[in-house]
Amino acid sequence: MTVLFSIFSFLYQTGDAFAFLVLSACGLAIIFGMMGVINLAHGEFIMCGAYVCAAAARAGLPLPIAILAGALAAGFAGMVIERIIIRPLYDRPLDTIVATWGVSMVVTQGTLILLGSTMPGTGTPFGSFTVGPYSYSVYRVVLMVAALGTLGLLWVGFTKTRFGVLARATIQVPHIAQALGVNTGLVYSLTFGLGAALAGLAGGLYAPTMTLVPTMGSAFVVEAFVTVVVGGADIFLGTAPAALVLGAVKASLTSWQGQLAGQIGLLVAVIIVIRILPRGISGWILRERT
Amino acid sequence: MRSEILLNTVGLWSGYGGKPVLQGIDIDVREGEIVAVIGRNGVGKSTLMKSLIGLLPRDKGSIVFRGTAVDNVPAYKRARLGIGYVPQGRDVFPRLSVIENLMVGESISSKRATAEEIEKVFSYFPILKERRNQPAGTMSGGQQQQLAIGRVLMGKPSLILLDEPSEGIQPNIVQDIARIMVELNRTTGVTIVFVEQNIDMIRAMAQRCYVIDKGRITDKIMPETLEDRDAVRRYLAV
Repeated sequence: MTVLFSIFSFLYQTGDAFAFLVLSACGLAIIFGMMGVINLAHGEFIMCGAYVCAAAARAGLPLPIAILAGALAAGFAGMVIERIIIRPLYDRPLDTIVATWGVSMVVTQGTLILLGSTMPGTGTPFGSFTVGPYSYSVYRVVLMVAALGTLGLLWVGFTKTRFGVLARATIQVPHIAQALGVNTGLVYSLTFGLGAALAGLAGGLYAPTMTLVPTMGSAFVVEAFVTVVVGGADIFLGTAPAALVLGAVKASLTSWQGQLAGQIGLLVAVIIVIRILPRGISGWILRERT
Repeated sequence: MRSEILLNTVGLWSGYGGKPVLQGIDIDVREGEIVAVIGRNGVGKSTLMKSLIGLLPRDKGSIVFRGTAVDNVPAYKRARLGIGYVPQGRDVFPRLSVIENLMVGESISSKRATAEEIEKVFSYFPILKERRNQPAGTMSGGQQQQLAIGRVLMGKPSLILLDEPSEGIQPNIVQDIARIMVELNRTTGVTIVFVEQNIDMIRAMAQRCYVIDKGRITDKIMPETLEDRDAVRRYLAV
């Protein structure tokens, strides 16, 4: 029996790490994969989602609505920032790194000044359940389901809807999409907004589990970047499998030697993968296919 | 009775990064015509096409479509006005399937294309139906050219701009494409302006030709003129 308990524990921890990596990374992956913009303000969109979610929940809204409010707020902020700051820089991808880094600092410091060094959160809902000697959080299982649901919805959105087809066309040959009547500016704006909204969703979903501080985004950003770098530009062929592999590595090292070993293992895994597959997992799959 | 002028340019200058390629182009195209723009490599034929659809800004002069200057209208709005552009080298969306490529062409119209309209495109280009779920990037040049034309037809344009449709395509497919374009012109009345160096294609499609050289229109000829070898050498040889 104890073996089964251990297996369950490992699966739970892998699932937990997978959910965290997928939810942190998918907004970043969409903005990078679809638009080639490396968004260093990703963590601040996550923070925005978390803050709005916590504020809405404390104002009495049910948690799922509060989480969606966080996602929408971050998405709206993303569209505004795309219009004002990113759009003039589409021909200069390296400059978007500096610009979004600037946004990140302004937002972090601005939040610190306006809202103080911490924000009251909401408790983690649903309590816990036990399997064998260990106790597990129900809400973490909800997060795993949310991660899978997000991937599923994104897949449907990008492959089955008109917007998805136009967005992929715009990313592949932008000038021809434009010559065929696609308002590519609007597509970019919506895509950036979607990426920001997904970051906000991650923030909202994790808001009940964390301390809310202006720099909380950085807890997500490193792992989000690691996942996108390992995965490559494609969210389904890259981000999801990368999150699974890295999640398993992290979970096994964490349960064997603790949190620090998990983090170190994650970074070592990235170095190894990038040495073997410089274009990430999706780059490798796409090359194998052709 | 002469039909209305659909498209004309007045002293059009255009180019890349301040370097003028077109230096005062004047052409006019009437509704229902098939007009060829011919000339050697690098004289500005593709630049003209890109300027007409709006992918290149004009430096001077004007482009008039249906009596209205469209100089400041962005490319996607020109497409919605009814100008369909088939680029040189096809430029299909490589990782979209055939049917998805057609969907992008259809996005101009506010309502979705009916199955009937898609079938119509398939009836011109049956190979597209056969390969409907295949990624466009894996098809041959000729198949991609047919897809690029089908994609534009989905938007029901009144003017089609074709940039070197014969480039890199087998001769028998070139003839097929020429025949279908002439048939489309006859049955739907769509106006066609195309840039070409392939004499067979010019003679199979064009009703009249503009000769372009060093960014200017230097001559207007009838396609029959190209039966003469000296004329071919004068107008097309490198």
